[in-house]
Amino acid sequence: MTDIEWRDFDGVEVPTTSGEAAADEPVVDGRRVWHPRRSKLAAALVKEGFPGWRKVLYLGGGAGTGPSYVADTAEAVYAVEFARSPARRLVEVAETRQRLFPVVEDARKPEIYRSYVEKVDFLYQDVATRGQADVANANAEYLRSGSTAWITVKARSEDVTAEPEDVYDDVEEELGENYTVEGIVDLAPFYDDHAVVTATKI
Amino acid sequence: MTAYWFEGGVEDVEDAVEGLRNEAPEEAADLPSLAVESGVFTDEEHYYNRLHEATLEHARRRIEELEPEDSAVVHAVRTLDELDDAGGRLRQRVEDWRGDSEPVAEAEDVVDAVEDAREELRERVEREVRDVAPNLSKIAGPLLAARLIAEAGGLDSLAKMPSGTLQVLGAEDALFRHLQDGTPPPKHGLIYLHPYVHETTPEHRGSAARCLAGKLSIAARVDRYSGDLRPELKEELDMKIQEIQSRGEGG
Ligand SMILES: C[S@@+](CC[C@H](N)C(=O)[O-])C[C@H]1O[C@@H](n2cnc3c(N)ncnc32)[C@H](O)[C@@H]1O
Repeated sequence: MTDIEWRDFDGVEVPTTSGEAAADEPVVDGRRVWHPRRSKLAAALVKEGFPGWRKVLYLGGGAGTGPSYVADTAEAVYAVEFARSPARRLVEVAETRQRLFPVVEDARKPEIYRSYVEKVDFLYQDVATRGQADVANANAEYLRSGSTAWITVKARSEDVTAEPEDVYDDVEEELGENYTVEGIVDLAPFYDDHAVVTATKI
Repeated sequence: MTAYWFEGGVEDVEDAVEGLRNEAPEEAADLPSLAVESGVFTDEEHYYNRLHEATLEHARRRIEELEPEDSAVVHAVRTLDELDDAGGRLRQRVEDWRGDSEPVAEAEDVVDAVEDAREELRERVEREVRDVAPNLSKIAGPLLAARLIAEAGGLDSLAKMPSGTLQVLGAEDALFRHLQDGTPPPKHGLIYLHPYVHETTPEHRGSAARCLAGKLSIAARVDRYSGDLRPELKEELDMKIQEIQSRGEGG
């Protein structure tokens, strides 16, 4: 486990990590570039700075690229992914990282992994489906009180007819059960119509 | 048994994997320290190594258990087609009957029931295909997306297909005639259902079909391999089609 280091890349200060390459990412000074156009979490880091994390619950692990970077910089990462094909790749990536734990389950049913996923100090969620606030609420029990959650919301996947601002407001209200919303970080120019809701677990 | 994964013993990987399937205890906990305190592990390093081994194995098995997500869509679309046929035939029967005498109420109830079932199933297909293939659904519309997946025999095969094959998918008969008798090759198959194809003038329809098939093919691959949402695919297509449709006669 090492820290994030910042490097100039394409004229942008981008986060880099040390670790074995997981996909076809560029490498600078032997460090893996975590490109803000390729990863929403990287975009959020560029815009918001490194929040610091030791143990991470990563919901919507996809094919493991995002989780692999987090694993380079954390003590333990639990990556939850329920779709067959990305999960396959996630497992391959996890094979190369001792502290990346694949969880092939539905993040809407977090009790299934309660027997082995520990309490964490950072929650990252990128599930790209409707009902994002529900997923974050269901998993709130894994986050220590006072710790941070970053939840990506894609305006258009919540409700195609609503204005982006309305969608963010709705998500904010629904999260209120378990979180205090600190802010909404627009991911432009890296991602359009995407934002990360930053919140603190109550 | 409600217990954390290590509580039933972790002598070998098999025990550990078994433990991961334990029913949920009351709440999430600070497991590594709990586990080390309990004496099951010498230290956290030991804990994490065992957990890593076990979660990898467990995940591999879970993946095998998962149905390919698109198989439900394939079955549902095929059933939908059956219901269409059956509903149409029944409706026709009852109409013929009405021409001669008064059909019994039960017969009409059955026709209505089949049509209601068809509607419900259609809505379900549209919902499910949006989850399985969000990008493809966005570009093709959910029903056409579902038909393409079903015709290809799954999202996996659709994603592996060259876009030229996708373009004529569902027009196998015409393709066969072309190969056998030298009739003109089909310019489109199922994708004719898309307004970008059938609303383009015949002269430019081939270009529109090719362009649409190319984007559908990319969308199917993104859905199959990355799961990310790429709204720009649709935007690019819209622009391209506009350009094709505005080409002049003979252009
Ligand atoms: C946008 S991708 C994540 C990409 C990942 N953040 C990265 O950078 O590599 C979203 C993923 O969330 C998964 N997903 C959606 N809903 C889920 C759920 N309820 N439980 C688990 N995974 C889910 C999808 O299958 C998809 O792979």
